[in-house]
Amino acid sequence: MKIDNSRPLEYGTLQNRANILGFWIFLGAEIMLFGTLFAGYFTLVDRTGNGPTGAEIFEITPVMLETFILLTSSFTIGLAIHAMRLKRQKVMITFFVITLLLGLGFLSIEIYEFMHYYHVGAGLQTSAFTAILLTTLGTHGAHVTFGIVWGVLIVSQIKKRGITHETTNKSFIFSLYWHFLDVVWIFIFSFVYLKGLVS
Amino acid sequence: MEFFERFAVPHPSPAIYASMVAIVLVTVGIIVGLTYFKLWGYLWREWLTTVDHKKIAIMYLISAIAMLFRGGVDAIMMRAQLAQPENTLLDAQHYNEIFTTHGLVMIIFMAMPFIMAFMNLLVPLQIGARDVAFPRLNALSFWLFFVGAMLLNISFVIGGSPDAGWTSYFPLAGNEFSESVGTNYYMFALQISGLGTLITGINFITTILLFRAPGMTLMKMPMFTWSALTANVIIVFAFPVLTIALLMGTMDRLFMTNFFTTTNGGMDMLWANFFWVWGHPEVYILILPAFGIYSEIIATFSQRNLYGHKSMVASMVIISLLSFLVWTHHFFTMGQGALTNSIFSITTMAIAVPTGVKIFNWLFTLWKGKITISTPMLYTLLFIPIFTIGGVTGVMLGMSAADYQYHNTMFLVAHFHMVIIPGVVFAMLAGLHYYWPKFFNFMLNDKLGKIEAWVISMSTLLAFMPMFFSGLDGQARRMYTYSESTGFTIYNMISFVGAIGLASGFVLLVYNVYHSTRYATRNIPSDPWNARSLEWATHTPIPEYNFAIVPTVDSTEAFWDAKENGHVLYREPYTKIHMPNNSGMPFILGCIFFVWGFSFVFALWIPVLISTIGIFACLIHRSLEKDHGRYIEVEEIKKIEQAAGARR
Ligand code: HEM
Ligand SMILES: [Cu+2]
Repeated sequence: MKIDNSRPLEYGTLQNRANILGFWIFLGAEIMLFGTLFAGYFTLVDRTGNGPTGAEIFEITPVMLETFILLTSSFTIGLAIHAMRLKRQKVMITFFVITLLLGLGFLSIEIYEFMHYYHVGAGLQTSAFTAILLTTLGTHGAHVTFGIVWGVLIVSQIKKRGITHETTNKSFIFSLYWHFLDVVWIFIFSFVYLKGLVS
Repeated sequence: MEFFERFAVPHPSPAIYASMVAIVLVTVGIIVGLTYFKLWGYLWREWLTTVDHKKIAIMYLISAIAMLFRGGVDAIMMRAQLAQPENTLLDAQHYNEIFTTHGLVMIIFMAMPFIMAFMNLLVPLQIGARDVAFPRLNALSFWLFFVGAMLLNISFVIGGSPDAGWTSYFPLAGNEFSESVGTNYYMFALQISGLGTLITGINFITTILLFRAPGMTLMKMPMFTWSALTANVIIVFAFPVLTIALLMGTMDRLFMTNFFTTTNGGMDMLWANFFWVWGHPEVYILILPAFGIYSEIIATFSQRNLYGHKSMVASMVIISLLSFLVWTHHFFTMGQGALTNSIFSITTMAIAVPTGVKIFNWLFTLWKGKITISTPMLYTLLFIPIFTIGGVTGVMLGMSAADYQYHNTMFLVAHFHMVIIPGVVFAMLAGLHYYWPKFFNFMLNDKLGKIEAWVISMSTLLAFMPMFFSGLDGQARRMYTYSESTGFTIYNMISFVGAIGLASGFVLLVYNVYHSTRYATRNIPSDPWNARSLEWATHTPIPEYNFAIVPTVDSTEAFWDAKENGHVLYREPYTKIHMPNNSGMPFILGCIFFVWGFSFVFALWIPVLISTIGIFACLIHRSLEKDHGRYIEVEEIKKIEQAAGARR
């Protein structure tokens, strides 16, 4: 394989560049996926049937906490990539692990949140509103879960194989994914929670 | 006992029992045959694990043709049922299942793999690449499509087929009105094959943007590759919408949520909107590559480069944008306001403009060209007038006020068959004859091909023209019978004759394949049609690396200019070539997805869990795997090239 040394390590080979471009296109598809969920959410948000409205069930504290944690993790994955560019393997792995732990923290709070919804009678089958709410949050949460497993695999490879064309490529793509999940969350935070609490 | 009742077919009929027997016999026959001829190893090494885009193309092609016959049998049954008033060949439930599976099979499991076959064969060759960007994902795409197709096809004999129309409108498709597992099959067959399609979309966009031969700027790209690029962009933006719609529909059916119900806040029109936000662009995913094929054929057989290359590209880009802005024309009559209707009426008709541009460009190309009429060209020439009839009636349907008259009548059925058959099916048949030597290394018989083209096109007219009249007279679509006093009998009788004609046309195609396989010469040149673009610049049969030396391009018609104007295509010396290794993973993943989908259909949660774990295990394995492919050394390339050169 031809290696282009004028580019960052993760862009070094043609296959590297293809992986990154392909992933950007995939993120385009993900935008449509979440866009469709949001469209569904806005359509169904007031169709609460016999169930509760958003304002009745949302709790601001855990949501603030989730937001804070996820934003921080987006920052730490950025630091991990920065360390990767400087070829500082230990630092990179440290920030990577911190990111994943933050992701785990986010997930735990989200699980607590789901149990809360269940307790206050906002289950999946309660109304169209609760169904779309839990599906939207659940899809994002499933993405985070997937990301954590994926991240663990990448960390194990960096440990074993060091900072190579392949591992940097994978790490960089992972960081794109993680930032993307953060952006989606910001939309959820603003248009689901804040809007729901205000009205 | 209850366990087994779930797998029983709720509305059995002799046809279903016959199919069960047939399926078992064919399966046993295949297994015995493969074992007897010791072909398992060959099958595994050469086909099931292949990542070669040319072989994947062949697998798509064979699946598409098989599904064409499956959907065709459904069509004949429907036409036979309607040929006589008060006919009792099929009952209402059976008719529902047949028009549902016919529509679904034809669009998703026939037309889609057909275009995928051509994209797989042609895109890497036309841009001078060795393969697609992600060869393994490409194989995975195929197996996911295949698994989806198989899931839908077994629905007929295990548990019952979907019966709520290929649009699967809720609440009709909800548990209340559609009790059997049929609609679950619909959801999972579409979801799994849709995932494969999305992966194809990402793969081919990346390929086209990054793997073009040196010198091939975007505006020098051949027309088919351009059409593939636009179609794949539509795929990437449209399919996620379907994914979510299917997810919601599945949850309504399996987890009793209330997305599309009529109670607890559910909204059935949300399904209709999501479905058509995907569904209308889907039509353009099919038609744009078909147009691409026509463009290649017209240029070759007019001995002239395509008139208005830039305006062709521009019109495809405009069509792909507009295709997302017209979806509500599918439910003008379902209670949205006059303003909404007017807006979507206008956007709908706007699509006629870029489409018209394309048709005129083809006509101008023909106008000054030196035309040779071969089978592919004959199909193309027959396509233009028939497609225009379909297109004009589409503009009629696009007038929202007038649509109250045609909506849900046979007029609509006539319209879309008159676009989709000449538009997509003829293009695929034309492409099949044109590219047959690139697929299979010999030519199809031209005389038989021409008879085929005439039979199929005239039968299309015979089968679908009468529906315009019976539709205007008020014959509703999806009605399994009618009374004699309506006066529809004569129209439906003519349609039936046309349908039989179409069927004989396809049988003729099969005969042609058989005849040519037996008798056609294998000693053919690599460029038998005197064509213009790079796919004809390689040998026949195509070596696994496509091009021994990556071509250098400096015009829109690189190969033609190399032949006629002395451009040099191959400028570099030989170097060793990197190729990916075969992999069993895509096939295995496909099999697991089959179990996953099947278990979901019947809500068998333990197998669902196990197969989900299996899917993730495969992904983890893939992530940790180290496989850098292999190299073909210069010595070997020289040997292969000499052998290929000597055969001619
Ligand atoms: C080969 C000849 C064909 C014949 C004789 C035929 C016949 C029919 C008939 C009679 C119906 C209407 C059923 C009803 O509403 O009662 C129908 C529906 C349909 N056909 Fe075809 N068809 C043919 C080919 C195709 C092809 C090639 C495609 C697509 C690529 C296609 C796609 C559809 C779709 C999407 C529907 C709508 C199904 C629904 O109502 O849900 N057909 N066809
Ligand atoms: Cu449409």
